[in-house]
Amino acid sequence: MSAGGGGAGEAAVGVQRSERSIRKGAGMALLLLVLLLVPRFANNYYLEVLSEAWLYVLLCLGLNIVVGFAGLLDLGYAAFFAVGAYTAGIVTIRLGQSFWLSLPIAVVTATLAGVIIGGPTLRLRSDYLAIVTLGFGEMVRITVRNLAITGGASGLVGIERPHLFGYALHSIGAFYYVFLLLAVLGIVASHRLENSRIGRAWKYVRSDEDAARAMGINHAAVKLAAYALGAIFAAIGGCFYATKMTAISPETFTFNQSLLILLGVVLGGRGKIPGVILGALVIVIFPELFRDVGSMRMLVFAVSLLLIMLFRPAGIWPERWR
Amino acid sequence: MDALLEVSGLGLRFGGLEVLSGLDLAVGKGAIASLIGPNGAGKTSVFNCLTGFYRPSAGSIRLAGQRINGLAPHRITRLGMARTFQNLRLFRELSAAENVMAGRHCRTRAGALDAILGTPRHRHEEAAIRAAAERWLGFVGIREAAEQMAGTLPYGHQRRVEWARALATEPSLLLLDEPGAGLNSAEKAELVGLVRRVRDELGVSVLLIEHDMGLVMQVSEHITVLDYGRKIAEGSAVEVQSNPRVIEAYLGREENAA
Repeated sequence: MSAGGGGAGEAAVGVQRSERSIRKGAGMALLLLVLLLVPRFANNYYLEVLSEAWLYVLLCLGLNIVVGFAGLLDLGYAAFFAVGAYTAGIVTIRLGQSFWLSLPIAVVTATLAGVIIGGPTLRLRSDYLAIVTLGFGEMVRITVRNLAITGGASGLVGIERPHLFGYALHSIGAFYYVFLLLAVLGIVASHRLENSRIGRAWKYVRSDEDAARAMGINHAAVKLAAYALGAIFAAIGGCFYATKMTAISPETFTFNQSLLILLGVVLGGRGKIPGVILGALVIVIFPELFRDVGSMRMLVFAVSLLLIMLFRPAGIWPERWR
Repeated sequence: MDALLEVSGLGLRFGGLEVLSGLDLAVGKGAIASLIGPNGAGKTSVFNCLTGFYRPSAGSIRLAGQRINGLAPHRITRLGMARTFQNLRLFRELSAAENVMAGRHCRTRAGALDAILGTPRHRHEEAAIRAAAERWLGFVGIREAAEQMAGTLPYGHQRRVEWARALATEPSLLLLDEPGAGLNSAEKAELVGLVRRVRDELGVSVLLIEHDMGLVMQVSEHITVLDYGRKIAEGSAVEVQSNPRVIEAYLGREENAA
Protein backbone atom coordinates (compact mmCIF):
# COMPACT_ATOMS: atom_id res chain seq x y z
CA MET A 1 0.00 0.00 0.00
CA SER A 2 2.68 2.39 0.97
CA ALA A 3 4.49 1.46 -2.22
CA GLY A 4 1.41 2.43 -4.27
CA GLY A 5 1.12 5.77 -2.47
CA GLY A 6 4.81 6.43 -3.05
CA GLY A 7 4.39 5.65 -6.76
CA ALA A 8 1.52 8.15 -7.13
CA GLY A 9 3.53 10.79 -5.30
CA GLU A 10 6.53 10.16 -7.50
CA ALA A 11 4.35 10.39 -10.62
CA ALA A 12 2.98 13.76 -9.45
CA VAL A 13 6.49 15.02 -8.83
CA GLY A 14 7.45 13.73 -12.27
CA VAL A 15 4.64 15.69 -13.95
CA GLN A 16 5.59 18.81 -12.03
CA ARG A 17 9.19 18.37 -13.00
CA SER A 18 8.45 17.84 -16.70
CA GLU A 19 6.11 20.88 -16.70
CA ARG A 20 8.87 22.95 -15.20
CA SER A 21 11.40 21.65 -17.70
CA ILE A 22 9.03 22.47 -20.61
CA ARG A 23 8.59 26.00 -19.31
CA LYS A 24 12.33 26.29 -18.83
CA GLY A 25 12.95 24.97 -22.36
CA ALA A 26 10.46 27.42 -23.84
CA GLY A 27 12.13 30.29 -21.97
CA MET A 28 15.54 29.22 -23.27
CA ALA A 29 14.27 28.97 -26.86
CA LEU A 30 12.75 32.45 -26.64
CA LEU A 31 15.94 33.91 -25.18
CA LEU A 32 18.01 32.27 -27.90
CA LEU A 33 15.65 33.62 -30.59
CA VAL A 34 16.02 37.14 -29.21
CA LEU A 35 19.82 36.74 -29.12
CA LEU A 36 19.79 35.47 -32.71
CA LEU A 37 17.78 38.50 -33.84
CA VAL A 38 20.02 41.05 -32.10
CA PRO A 39 22.25 41.75 -35.16
CA ARG A 40 19.17 42.87 -37.13
CA PHE A 41 18.53 45.73 -34.73
CA ALA A 42 21.73 46.53 -32.87
CA ASN A 43 24.46 48.83 -34.15
CA ASN A 44 28.12 47.79 -34.39
CA TYR A 45 28.97 49.13 -30.94
CA TYR A 46 26.45 46.84 -29.26
CA LEU A 47 27.54 43.91 -31.40
CA GLU A 48 31.18 44.49 -30.41
CA VAL A 49 30.33 44.60 -26.73
CA LEU A 50 28.06 41.56 -26.90
CA SER A 51 30.59 39.53 -28.92
CA GLU A 52 33.15 40.26 -26.25
CA ALA A 53 30.61 39.28 -23.61
CA TRP A 54 30.04 35.88 -25.28
CA LEU A 55 33.80 35.35 -25.48
CA TYR A 56 34.12 36.04 -21.76
CA VAL A 57 31.24 33.68 -21.05
CA LEU A 58 33.31 30.95 -22.70
CA LEU A 59 36.49 31.97 -20.86
CA CYS A 60 34.78 32.21 -17.47
CA LEU A 61 33.09 28.84 -17.97
CA GLY A 62 36.47 27.32 -18.79
CA LEU A 63 38.09 28.77 -15.68
CA ASN A 64 35.03 27.70 -13.70
CA ILE A 65 35.93 24.08 -14.42
CA VAL A 66 39.21 24.60 -12.56
CA VAL A 67 38.13 27.06 -9.88
CA GLY A 68 34.46 26.20 -9.46
CA PHE A 69 34.11 22.49 -10.17
CA ALA A 70 37.51 21.25 -9.05
CA GLY A 71 38.08 23.90 -6.36
CA LEU A 72 41.62 24.69 -7.54
CA LEU A 73 43.06 28.11 -8.15
CA ASP A 74 44.48 29.50 -11.36
CA LEU A 75 45.87 33.02 -11.51
CA GLY A 76 47.44 32.47 -14.93
CA TYR A 77 44.43 31.45 -16.98
CA ALA A 78 45.14 34.08 -19.65
CA ALA A 79 48.11 31.92 -20.65
CA PHE A 80 45.76 29.33 -22.14
CA PHE A 81 43.86 32.09 -23.94
CA ALA A 82 47.24 33.18 -25.33
CA VAL A 83 48.06 29.61 -26.38
CA GLY A 84 44.90 29.56 -28.51
CA ALA A 85 45.38 33.01 -29.99
CA TYR A 86 49.05 32.45 -30.84
CA THR A 87 48.33 29.01 -32.27
CA ALA A 88 45.86 30.63 -34.70
CA GLY A 89 48.39 33.35 -35.49
CA ILE A 90 51.28 30.99 -36.09
CA VAL A 91 49.24 28.49 -38.11
CA THR A 92 47.83 31.14 -40.44
CA ILE A 93 50.74 33.60 -40.72
CA ARG A 94 53.89 31.55 -40.14
CA LEU A 95 52.71 28.28 -41.62
CA GLY A 96 50.27 29.73 -44.15
CA GLN A 97 47.67 27.14 -43.30
CA SER A 98 43.90 27.45 -42.94
CA PHE A 99 42.53 28.96 -39.77
CA TRP A 100 40.45 25.84 -39.18
CA LEU A 101 43.60 23.76 -38.78
CA SER A 102 44.53 25.92 -35.80
CA LEU A 103 41.55 24.64 -33.80
CA PRO A 104 42.66 21.01 -33.39
CA ILE A 105 46.27 22.15 -32.89
CA ALA A 106 45.15 24.61 -30.22
CA VAL A 107 43.21 21.86 -28.45
CA VAL A 108 46.33 19.68 -28.36
CA THR A 109 48.68 22.47 -27.25
CA ALA A 110 46.19 23.66 -24.62
CA THR A 111 45.86 20.13 -23.25
CA LEU A 112 49.65 19.92 -23.02
CA ALA A 113 49.85 23.35 -21.40
CA GLY A 114 47.11 22.34 -18.95
CA VAL A 115 49.04 19.22 -17.97
CA ILE A 116 52.31 21.16 -17.71
CA ILE A 117 50.79 23.70 -15.33
CA GLY A 118 48.70 21.06 -13.56
CA GLY A 119 51.50 18.54 -13.01
CA PRO A 120 53.75 20.45 -10.63
CA THR A 121 50.81 22.01 -8.78
CA LEU A 122 49.09 18.76 -7.82
CA ARG A 123 50.54 18.70 -4.33
CA LEU A 124 50.09 22.39 -3.72
CA ARG A 125 47.26 24.12 -1.97
CA SER A 126 45.83 27.63 -1.90
CA ASP A 127 48.57 30.28 -1.64
CA TYR A 128 51.31 28.12 -3.19
CA LEU A 129 49.02 27.17 -6.03
CA ALA A 130 48.28 30.87 -6.57
CA ILE A 131 51.98 31.71 -6.84
CA VAL A 132 52.81 28.88 -9.26
CA THR A 133 49.87 29.56 -11.60
CA LEU A 134 50.60 33.28 -11.52
CA GLY A 135 54.19 32.54 -12.46
CA PHE A 136 53.10 30.27 -15.28
CA GLY A 137 50.86 33.00 -16.72
CA GLU A 138 53.71 35.50 -16.69
CA MET A 139 56.14 32.96 -18.16
CA VAL A 140 53.90 32.40 -21.18
CA ARG A 141 53.43 36.13 -21.73
CA ILE A 142 57.14 36.89 -21.44
CA THR A 143 58.01 33.94 -23.69
CA VAL A 144 55.74 35.08 -26.53
CA ARG A 145 57.10 38.59 -26.05
CA ASN A 146 60.63 37.38 -26.73
CA LEU A 147 60.27 34.73 -29.40
CA ALA A 148 60.64 35.54 -33.08
CA ILE A 149 57.89 33.16 -34.17
CA THR A 150 55.34 35.00 -32.02
CA GLY A 151 56.40 38.42 -33.35
CA GLY A 152 57.96 39.69 -30.13
CA ALA A 153 56.49 42.71 -28.38
CA SER A 154 54.56 43.88 -31.43
CA GLY A 155 52.86 40.50 -31.80
CA LEU A 156 51.34 39.05 -34.95
CA VAL A 157 49.48 41.17 -37.45
CA GLY A 158 47.36 40.12 -40.41
CA ILE A 159 45.78 36.93 -39.14
CA GLU A 160 43.60 35.43 -41.83
CA ARG A 161 39.83 35.65 -41.56
CA PRO A 162 38.42 32.20 -42.16
CA HIS A 163 35.87 31.05 -44.70
CA LEU A 164 32.99 28.80 -43.86
CA PHE A 165 31.10 27.11 -46.71
CA GLY A 166 32.51 29.72 -49.10
CA TYR A 167 31.25 32.53 -46.88
CA ALA A 168 33.92 34.87 -45.53
CA LEU A 169 33.79 35.53 -41.83
CA HIS A 170 34.50 39.23 -41.58
CA SER A 171 31.59 41.39 -40.42
CA ILE A 172 31.02 42.02 -36.74
CA GLY A 173 27.53 40.56 -37.23
CA ALA A 174 29.08 37.25 -38.33
CA PHE A 175 31.48 37.24 -35.38
CA TYR A 176 28.57 37.96 -33.05
CA TYR A 177 27.08 34.63 -34.17
CA VAL A 178 30.41 32.81 -33.89
CA PHE A 179 30.94 33.93 -30.30
CA LEU A 180 27.30 33.32 -29.40
CA LEU A 181 27.68 29.77 -30.72
CA LEU A 182 30.90 29.30 -28.73
CA ALA A 183 29.19 30.52 -25.57
CA VAL A 184 26.24 28.17 -26.11
CA LEU A 185 28.58 25.23 -26.76
CA GLY A 186 30.52 26.19 -23.64
CA ILE A 187 27.34 26.24 -21.58
CA VAL A 188 26.17 22.86 -22.91
CA ALA A 189 29.60 21.28 -22.39
CA SER A 190 29.89 22.71 -18.86
CA HIS A 191 26.44 21.51 -17.96
CA ARG A 192 27.14 18.01 -19.26
CA LEU A 193 30.51 17.86 -17.51
CA GLU A 194 29.00 18.99 -14.24
CA ASN A 195 26.49 16.14 -14.26
CA SER A 196 28.90 13.41 -15.22
CA ARG A 197 31.28 10.93 -13.66
CA ILE A 198 34.21 13.31 -14.07
CA GLY A 199 32.16 16.29 -12.87
CA ARG A 200 31.25 14.47 -9.68
CA ALA A 201 34.86 13.39 -9.22
CA TRP A 202 35.87 17.09 -9.24
CA LYS A 203 33.33 17.79 -6.52
CA TYR A 204 34.56 14.84 -4.45
CA VAL A 205 38.18 15.95 -4.69
CA ARG A 206 37.16 19.53 -3.89
CA SER A 207 35.13 18.41 -0.90
CA ASP A 208 37.55 15.90 0.67
CA GLU A 209 40.58 14.76 -1.27
CA ASP A 210 41.48 11.85 1.03
CA ALA A 211 37.93 10.50 1.09
CA ALA A 212 37.86 10.75 -2.70
CA ARG A 213 41.10 8.79 -2.97
CA ALA A 214 39.76 6.16 -0.60
CA MET A 215 36.80 5.81 -2.95
CA GLY A 216 39.11 4.85 -5.79
CA ILE A 217 39.40 8.26 -7.43
CA ASN A 218 42.78 9.14 -8.91
CA HIS A 219 42.95 12.72 -7.64
CA ALA A 220 45.95 13.60 -9.80
CA ALA A 221 44.25 12.51 -13.04
CA VAL A 222 41.05 14.25 -12.07
CA LYS A 223 42.80 17.56 -11.34
CA LEU A 224 44.83 17.36 -14.55
CA ALA A 225 41.61 16.78 -16.49
CA ALA A 226 40.18 19.95 -14.95
CA TYR A 227 43.23 22.02 -15.94
CA ALA A 228 43.29 20.53 -19.43
CA LEU A 229 39.58 21.01 -20.12
CA GLY A 230 39.66 24.55 -18.76
CA ALA A 231 42.65 25.23 -21.01
CA ILE A 232 40.80 23.90 -24.06
CA PHE A 233 37.88 26.29 -23.48
CA ALA A 234 40.29 29.24 -23.33
CA ALA A 235 42.34 28.09 -26.32
CA ILE A 236 39.29 27.75 -28.58
CA GLY A 237 38.18 31.20 -27.45
CA GLY A 238 41.71 32.44 -28.17
CA CYS A 239 41.69 31.10 -31.76
CA PHE A 240 38.50 32.95 -32.62
CA TYR A 241 39.61 36.05 -30.73
CA ALA A 242 42.79 36.15 -32.84
CA THR A 243 40.92 35.83 -36.12
CA LYS A 244 38.38 38.45 -35.10
CA MET A 245 41.05 40.98 -34.10
CA THR A 246 43.41 39.91 -36.97
CA ALA A 247 46.22 41.13 -34.70
CA ILE A 248 47.41 39.92 -31.31
CA SER A 249 50.07 41.16 -28.94
CA PRO A 250 51.45 39.91 -25.62
CA GLU A 251 49.83 42.77 -23.73
CA THR A 252 46.38 41.20 -24.19
CA PHE A 253 47.42 38.27 -22.02
CA THR A 254 48.61 39.98 -18.86
CA PHE A 255 47.96 39.10 -15.25
CA ASN A 256 45.11 41.64 -15.36
CA GLN A 257 43.42 39.52 -18.01
CA SER A 258 43.67 36.41 -15.82
CA LEU A 259 42.35 38.37 -12.89
CA LEU A 260 39.42 39.75 -14.88
CA ILE A 261 38.33 36.24 -15.92
CA LEU A 262 38.73 34.98 -12.36
CA LEU A 263 36.71 37.97 -11.22
CA GLY A 264 33.86 36.97 -13.52
CA VAL A 265 33.84 33.46 -12.05
CA VAL A 266 34.02 34.52 -8.40
CA LEU A 267 31.68 37.48 -8.82
CA GLY A 268 28.95 35.42 -10.43
CA GLY A 269 29.26 32.45 -8.10
CA ARG A 270 31.89 29.84 -8.80
CA GLY A 271 30.65 26.36 -9.52
CA LYS A 272 27.23 27.51 -10.65
CA ILE A 273 26.89 27.82 -14.42
CA PRO A 274 24.18 30.55 -14.54
CA GLY A 275 26.14 32.52 -11.95
CA VAL A 276 29.33 32.32 -13.98
CA ILE A 277 27.51 33.45 -17.14
CA LEU A 278 26.14 36.41 -15.20
CA GLY A 279 29.60 37.21 -13.84
CA ALA A 280 31.09 37.17 -17.35
CA LEU A 281 28.39 39.55 -18.60
CA VAL A 282 28.98 41.87 -15.64
CA ILE A 283 32.74 42.18 -16.17
CA VAL A 284 32.25 43.07 -19.85
CA ILE A 285 29.12 45.18 -19.70
CA PHE A 286 29.63 47.14 -16.45
CA PRO A 287 32.69 49.07 -17.65
CA GLU A 288 30.77 49.97 -20.83
CA LEU A 289 27.80 51.27 -18.83
CA PHE A 290 30.12 53.60 -16.94
CA ARG A 291 31.67 55.13 -20.06
CA ASP A 292 29.80 58.39 -19.34
CA VAL A 293 31.77 58.97 -16.15
CA GLY A 294 34.92 59.15 -18.25
CA SER A 295 38.21 58.70 -16.45
CA MET A 296 36.42 57.64 -13.26
CA ARG A 297 35.08 54.60 -15.14
CA MET A 298 37.37 51.96 -13.67
CA LEU A 299 37.02 53.45 -10.21
CA VAL A 300 33.23 53.15 -10.37
CA PHE A 301 33.65 49.60 -11.70
CA ALA A 302 35.98 48.70 -8.83
CA VAL A 303 33.70 50.18 -6.20
CA SER A 304 30.67 48.35 -7.56
CA LEU A 305 32.64 45.07 -7.53
CA LEU A 306 33.64 45.67 -3.93
CA LEU A 307 30.04 46.34 -2.99
CA ILE A 308 28.87 43.15 -4.70
CA MET A 309 31.48 41.08 -2.91
CA LEU A 310 30.64 42.71 0.42
CA PHE A 311 26.95 42.02 0.16
CA ARG A 312 27.08 38.75 -1.79
CA PRO A 313 30.35 37.12 -0.71
CA ALA A 314 29.50 33.80 -2.38
CA GLY A 315 28.78 35.55 -5.69
CA ILE A 316 25.69 37.08 -7.24
CA TRP A 317 24.16 33.69 -7.96
CA PRO A 318 26.03 31.19 -5.79
CA GLU A 319 26.14 27.43 -6.01
CA ARG A 320 23.88 26.00 -3.40
CA TRP A 321 22.75 22.51 -2.90
CA ARG A 322 19.27 22.37 -4.44
CA MET B 1 45.31 -20.90 5.20
CA ASP B 2 42.86 -19.27 2.83
CA ALA B 3 43.70 -15.67 3.68
CA LEU B 4 42.30 -12.68 1.84
CA LEU B 5 44.56 -10.21 3.58
CA GLU B 6 48.04 -11.17 4.68
CA VAL B 7 50.23 -8.69 6.48
CA SER B 8 53.68 -9.74 7.53
CA GLY B 9 56.36 -7.84 9.37
CA LEU B 10 54.61 -4.51 8.88
CA GLY B 11 56.63 -1.59 10.16
CA LEU B 12 55.99 2.13 10.06
CA ARG B 13 58.14 4.92 11.37
CA PHE B 14 57.83 8.68 11.25
CA GLY B 15 61.39 9.91 11.65
CA GLY B 16 62.59 8.47 14.94
CA LEU B 17 59.14 7.47 16.06
CA GLU B 18 58.32 3.83 15.59
CA VAL B 19 54.57 3.60 15.13
CA LEU B 20 54.29 -0.02 14.05
CA SER B 21 56.80 -2.82 14.12
CA GLY B 22 56.87 -6.43 13.04
CA LEU B 23 53.12 -6.69 12.79
CA ASP B 24 51.65 -9.88 11.35
CA LEU B 25 47.96 -9.95 10.61
CA ALA B 26 45.70 -12.15 8.51
CA VAL B 27 42.05 -11.92 7.60
CA GLY B 28 40.50 -15.03 6.09
CA LYS B 29 38.02 -15.05 3.23
CA GLY B 30 34.57 -14.42 4.65
CA ALA B 31 35.90 -13.60 8.12
CA ILE B 32 34.92 -10.88 10.53
CA ALA B 33 38.05 -9.80 12.35
CA SER B 34 38.84 -7.01 14.78
CA LEU B 35 41.86 -4.95 15.62
CA ILE B 36 41.79 -3.61 19.16
CA GLY B 37 44.14 -1.86 21.49
CA PRO B 38 44.44 1.15 23.79
CA ASN B 39 44.42 4.68 22.42
CA GLY B 40 47.53 5.40 20.41
CA ALA B 41 48.34 1.72 19.89
CA GLY B 42 48.56 2.31 16.11
CA LYS B 43 45.26 0.84 14.93
CA THR B 44 44.37 3.60 12.52
CA SER B 45 47.97 3.65 11.32
CA VAL B 46 47.52 0.00 10.32
CA PHE B 47 44.45 0.97 8.31
CA ASN B 48 46.31 3.84 6.70
CA CYS B 49 49.10 1.45 5.68
CA LEU B 50 46.65 -1.10 4.32
CA THR B 51 44.78 1.48 2.23
CA GLY B 52 47.90 3.18 0.88
CA PHE B 53 47.65 6.47 2.75
CA TYR B 54 50.86 5.68 4.64
CA ARG B 55 53.83 4.01 3.05
CA PRO B 56 55.07 1.26 5.38
CA SER B 57 58.78 1.29 6.15
CA ALA B 58 58.95 -2.50 6.37
CA GLY B 59 57.00 -5.65 5.68
CA SER B 60 54.54 -6.70 3.05
CA ILE B 61 50.79 -6.44 2.58
CA ARG B 62 49.03 -8.86 0.27
CA LEU B 63 45.41 -8.72 -0.82
CA ALA B 64 44.23 -11.98 -2.41
CA GLY B 65 47.88 -12.89 -2.97
CA GLN B 66 48.80 -9.63 -4.67
CA ARG B 67 51.35 -7.38 -3.02
CA ILE B 68 49.74 -3.96 -2.51
CA ASN B 69 52.09 -1.97 -0.30
CA GLY B 70 53.42 1.07 -2.09
CA LEU B 71 50.35 1.35 -4.32
CA ALA B 72 48.30 4.57 -4.35
CA PRO B 73 45.04 4.54 -2.37
CA HIS B 74 42.84 4.63 -5.46
CA ARG B 75 44.58 1.56 -6.89
CA ILE B 76 44.13 -0.39 -3.69
CA THR B 77 40.44 0.49 -3.67
CA ARG B 78 40.18 -0.76 -7.25
CA LEU B 79 41.76 -4.02 -6.15
CA GLY B 80 38.97 -4.56 -3.66
CA MET B 81 39.69 -2.88 -0.34
CA ALA B 82 37.29 -0.22 0.91
CA ARG B 83 37.30 1.74 4.13
CA THR B 84 35.35 4.05 6.36
CA PHE B 85 36.98 6.74 8.49
CA GLN B 86 37.23 7.14 12.23
CA ASN B 87 35.87 10.66 12.03
CA LEU B 88 33.24 10.72 9.31
CA ARG B 89 34.66 11.85 5.99
CA LEU B 90 31.54 12.38 3.93
CA PHE B 91 31.24 14.89 1.11
CA ARG B 92 29.04 16.96 3.38
CA GLU B 93 27.62 19.44 0.89
CA LEU B 94 26.60 16.71 -1.57
CA SER B 95 23.52 14.52 -1.36
CA ALA B 96 23.62 11.07 0.22
CA ALA B 97 23.10 9.54 -3.24
CA GLU B 98 25.97 11.57 -4.73
CA ASN B 99 28.18 10.39 -1.88
CA VAL B 100 27.44 6.77 -2.67
CA MET B 101 27.92 7.41 -6.39
CA ALA B 102 31.54 8.23 -5.54
CA GLY B 103 32.03 4.55 -4.80
CA ARG B 104 31.11 3.68 -8.38
CA HIS B 105 33.82 5.88 -9.86
CA CYS B 106 36.47 3.17 -9.89
CA ARG B 107 34.09 0.65 -11.50
CA THR B 108 33.05 2.90 -14.40
CA ARG B 109 34.95 4.34 -17.31
CA ALA B 110 33.16 7.24 -19.07
CA GLY B 111 35.48 10.20 -19.60
CA ALA B 112 35.07 13.92 -20.22
CA LEU B 113 34.50 13.45 -23.94
CA ASP B 114 31.77 10.85 -23.31
CA ALA B 115 30.05 13.37 -21.05
CA ILE B 116 30.33 16.31 -23.47
CA LEU B 117 29.08 14.25 -26.42
CA GLY B 118 26.49 12.37 -24.35
CA THR B 119 27.61 9.00 -25.70
CA PRO B 120 25.62 5.81 -25.01
CA ARG B 121 28.41 4.68 -22.67
CA HIS B 122 27.96 7.84 -20.61
CA ARG B 123 24.16 7.48 -20.50
CA HIS B 124 24.17 3.80 -19.61
CA GLU B 125 26.78 4.26 -16.92
CA GLU B 126 24.96 7.24 -15.40
CA ALA B 127 21.74 5.24 -15.13
CA ALA B 128 23.61 2.30 -13.60
CA ILE B 129 25.50 4.53 -11.15
CA ARG B 130 22.26 6.13 -9.98
CA ALA B 131 20.54 2.77 -9.59
CA ALA B 132 23.50 1.38 -7.65
CA ALA B 133 23.49 4.37 -5.29
CA GLU B 134 19.82 3.79 -4.49
CA ARG B 135 20.40 0.08 -4.06
CA TRP B 136 23.27 0.57 -1.59
CA LEU B 137 21.38 3.18 0.39
CA GLY B 138 18.56 0.64 0.51
CA PHE B 139 20.97 -2.03 1.74
CA VAL B 140 22.02 0.09 4.72
CA GLY B 141 18.38 1.04 5.30
CA ILE B 142 18.27 4.74 4.42
CA ARG B 143 16.98 4.79 0.85
CA GLU B 144 14.59 7.63 1.76
CA ALA B 145 17.55 9.89 2.59
CA ALA B 146 19.00 9.69 -0.94
CA GLU B 147 18.32 13.30 -1.93
CA GLN B 148 19.21 14.89 1.40
CA MET B 149 22.45 16.74 1.92
CA ALA B 150 24.81 14.35 3.67
CA GLY B 151 26.01 16.93 6.20
CA THR B 152 22.47 17.53 7.48
CA LEU B 153 21.63 13.87 8.12
CA PRO B 154 21.48 12.50 11.67
CA TYR B 155 24.82 11.09 12.82
CA GLY B 156 23.75 7.45 12.61
CA HIS B 157 22.54 7.98 9.05
CA GLN B 158 25.80 9.64 8.09
CA ARG B 159 27.64 6.54 9.27
CA ARG B 160 25.38 4.43 7.07
CA VAL B 161 26.05 6.67 4.06
CA GLU B 162 29.75 6.04 4.60
CA TRP B 163 29.10 2.29 4.64
CA ALA B 164 27.01 2.47 1.47
CA ARG B 165 29.72 4.53 -0.21
CA ALA B 166 32.41 2.00 0.72
CA LEU B 167 30.27 -0.97 -0.32
CA ALA B 168 29.53 0.66 -3.67
CA THR B 169 33.19 0.13 -4.63
CA GLU B 170 32.45 -3.64 -4.61
CA PRO B 171 35.16 -4.51 -2.09
CA SER B 172 36.26 -7.99 -1.13
CA LEU B 173 37.49 -6.59 2.21
CA LEU B 174 35.78 -3.80 4.12
CA LEU B 175 37.77 -1.88 6.75
CA LEU B 176 35.67 -0.15 9.38
CA ASP B 177 37.43 2.38 11.60
CA GLU B 178 35.47 2.58 14.86
CA PRO B 179 32.05 2.04 13.28
CA GLY B 180 30.37 2.16 16.68
CA ALA B 181 31.76 5.54 17.77
CA GLY B 182 29.01 7.97 18.66
CA LEU B 183 26.19 5.45 18.26
CA ASN B 184 23.66 4.66 20.97
CA SER B 185 23.04 1.09 22.12
CA ALA B 186 20.11 0.48 19.75
CA GLU B 187 22.19 1.71 16.83
CA LYS B 188 25.07 -0.47 17.94
CA ALA B 189 22.80 -3.52 17.91
CA GLU B 190 21.80 -2.64 14.32
CA LEU B 191 25.46 -2.23 13.49
CA VAL B 192 26.17 -5.81 14.56
CA GLY B 193 23.37 -6.97 12.25
CA LEU B 194 24.74 -4.90 9.40
CA VAL B 195 28.27 -6.26 9.79
CA ARG B 196 26.90 -9.79 9.63
CA ARG B 197 24.75 -9.02 6.58
CA VAL B 198 27.76 -7.58 4.77
CA ARG B 199 29.55 -10.86 5.29
CA ASP B 200 26.63 -13.28 4.88
CA GLU B 201 24.73 -11.62 2.01
CA LEU B 202 27.58 -9.97 0.13
CA GLY B 203 30.41 -12.32 0.98
CA VAL B 204 32.58 -9.37 1.95
CA SER B 205 35.20 -9.92 4.64
CA VAL B 206 35.32 -7.33 7.40
CA LEU B 207 38.17 -5.97 9.49
CA LEU B 208 37.16 -3.48 12.14
CA ILE B 209 38.78 -1.26 14.70
CA GLU B 210 36.59 -0.75 17.70
CA HIS B 211 36.74 0.60 21.23
CA ASP B 212 33.46 -0.85 22.43
CA MET B 213 34.58 -4.21 23.80
CA GLY B 214 31.04 -5.52 24.02
CA LEU B 215 30.60 -4.89 20.32
CA VAL B 216 33.96 -6.42 19.43
CA MET B 217 33.37 -9.56 21.46
CA GLN B 218 29.90 -9.94 19.99
CA VAL B 219 30.73 -9.57 16.33
CA SER B 220 34.26 -10.72 15.68
CA GLU B 221 35.52 -14.22 15.16
CA HIS B 222 39.14 -13.29 15.38
CA ILE B 223 40.71 -10.50 17.40
CA THR B 224 44.17 -9.00 17.16
CA VAL B 225 45.34 -6.85 20.05
CA LEU B 226 47.82 -4.07 19.45
CA ASP B 227 49.82 -2.08 21.98
CA TYR B 228 52.58 0.41 21.20
CA GLY B 229 52.54 -0.68 17.57
CA ARG B 230 53.15 -4.37 18.32
CA LYS B 231 50.85 -7.32 18.40
CA ILE B 232 50.47 -8.50 21.98
CA ALA B 233 47.77 -11.13 21.54
CA GLU B 234 45.39 -12.70 19.09
CA GLY B 235 42.65 -15.27 19.03
CA SER B 236 38.98 -15.66 19.75
CA ALA B 237 37.10 -13.27 22.00
CA VAL B 238 37.37 -15.61 24.97
CA GLU B 239 41.08 -16.23 24.48
CA VAL B 240 41.88 -12.55 24.20
CA GLN B 241 39.72 -11.55 27.15
CA SER B 242 41.57 -13.84 29.50
CA ASN B 243 45.03 -13.02 28.20
CA PRO B 244 47.00 -11.30 31.01
CA ARG B 245 49.00 -9.15 28.58
CA VAL B 246 45.76 -7.70 27.17
CA ILE B 247 44.41 -6.97 30.63
CA GLU B 248 47.70 -5.32 31.47
CA ALA B 249 47.65 -3.17 28.35
CA TYR B 250 44.17 -1.94 29.04
CA LEU B 251 44.15 -1.70 32.81
CA GLY B 252 47.79 -1.39 33.73
CA ARG B 253 49.87 -3.72 35.86
CA GLU B 254 48.57 -4.62 39.24
CA GLU B 255 51.32 -2.95 41.24
CA ASN B 256 50.77 0.25 39.21
CA ALA B 257 47.04 0.12 39.79
CA ALA B 258 47.49 -0.43 43.48
